[in-house]
Amino acid sequence: MNIFNQAGKYFALMAKVFSRPERHSLYVRQTFNEIENLGIKSVGIVAVISVFMGGIMTLQVAYNMINPLLPTTLIGLGNRDSLILEFSSTIMGLIMAGKIGSNITSEIGSMKVTQQIDSLEIMGVNSAGYLILPKIIAVVLIFPLLYILSVFFGIVGGLIVGPAVGAVSAADYLSGIQFGFNPYYVTFSLIKCVVFGFLIASIAAFFGYTVEGGAFDVGTASTRAVVNTSIMILVSDLILTQLLL
Amino acid sequence: MIKISNIYKSFEQKEVLKNISMEFNKGETNLIIGRSGSGKTVLLKSIVGLLEVDRGKIFYDDRDFTSMNLKLRKKLRQEMGMVFQGGALFDSLTVEENIRFPLDMFSMLSSAEKQKQVDFCLDRVNISDANKMFPSEISGGMQKRVAIARAIVLNPKYLFCDEPNSGLDPETSILIDELVHQITVDLQITTIINTHDMNSVMEIGDNILFISEGEMCWEGNRKEILSTDNHKLQEFVFANKQYQKIRDDKINE
Repeated sequence: MNIFNQAGKYFALMAKVFSRPERHSLYVRQTFNEIENLGIKSVGIVAVISVFMGGIMTLQVAYNMINPLLPTTLIGLGNRDSLILEFSSTIMGLIMAGKIGSNITSEIGSMKVTQQIDSLEIMGVNSAGYLILPKIIAVVLIFPLLYILSVFFGIVGGLIVGPAVGAVSAADYLSGIQFGFNPYYVTFSLIKCVVFGFLIASIAAFFGYTVEGGAFDVGTASTRAVVNTSIMILVSDLILTQLLL
Repeated sequence: MIKISNIYKSFEQKEVLKNISMEFNKGETNLIIGRSGSGKTVLLKSIVGLLEVDRGKIFYDDRDFTSMNLKLRKKLRQEMGMVFQGGALFDSLTVEENIRFPLDMFSMLSSAEKQKQVDFCLDRVNISDANKMFPSEISGGMQKRVAIARAIVLNPKYLFCDEPNSGLDPETSILIDELVHQITVDLQITTIINTHDMNSVMEIGDNILFISEGEMCWEGNRKEILSTDNHKLQEFVFANKQYQKIRDDKINE
């Protein structure tokens, strides 16, 4: 029954989040702040992880294709499609659930236990709307952009590592990444990114907003937020793949 | 004026407030006193609507708060200011931004007018020098001053303070008490302070409600409190030897 109770509270909170803002200009300003805090500051980690993962996947694809009948251009193609379809959306979603999700839960949770949220309520501010809506909008907007960056850096990682270790020539790799490109794969993954972005921000905010107690409870809520978001990302990935591919 | 009438509040099976009624007057510092765990904070949170009462009525100048919908409550809350126990300042904003926040959210003033109002409030609580600092960079006493400034920036009709002296040294406590009292008298607002600090009671207690185990036990002012014959209040007040001595001296006279 607890799961239904939690789900009910989550939807009730979302209803509060999406109610009419008191002052649009403040919400817009807050959204830009969140885009910087949650999105722009994630570019570094997205770039580093994607370069390494692109390189590693190129090596793994090359290792599994030691067959003279298979053209080495397939190495680039394998890396590209893995990045576009799963890595840069789903795996990056799981990584962002850890980075952005725990950030959101701990920020809102700390505000809850130090009565800053009560303080907003007393002023007559819709605290859920003011604190959570800009974060959801920011993550939903920024996550597709991070996805595109991740694909780019992953392909660059393959281009650096593949020729460097002699697994594939640069020309074959570049030829491979242009071969048989299906633009719908990108559309499909961008749709996933919007859904994952919403799940990351809203679930993390829910666990932060409903925390009771002190610093220890905020830590516990952060962990629960990351675990629950990761599960929901995988469940929604399964559903979206079945529905859209 | 704020009037509470027959307030009841319970959590699960435990009754925390039992049949509490009181009138809190305008232009006076109204104190709710009692031991830790007596229900003071629950009562204050119920009055401001952070907790819903089980039974009873709360009136803000004849406006029935308990039967208001969310929209009306939000409107009324713009007439309230509250100082929380820990200050509850937004730690991502500077002192000045904290004070300006309610103005940005609700007022239609120009930027220059807002700045003038912020400067007035900073000056009122004597922290003009700290305007660009973050809450983590200032002392507990200064944080309380900033919280007071933020609470009065929209010229509220009602001011609530939850344990404003907790964690402060005696000198700063007196300054905070005097500040709240001055603001109450100057702006003619209804102030309710939740405290267990007897120094505050004796300094600024114009109208005092003593609650014990969730029940209303005594009502009076600071002049009457030392001569009370209420057994529970005597235990609370004269736990401090200093006040025992004052009472004994009075009796000997």
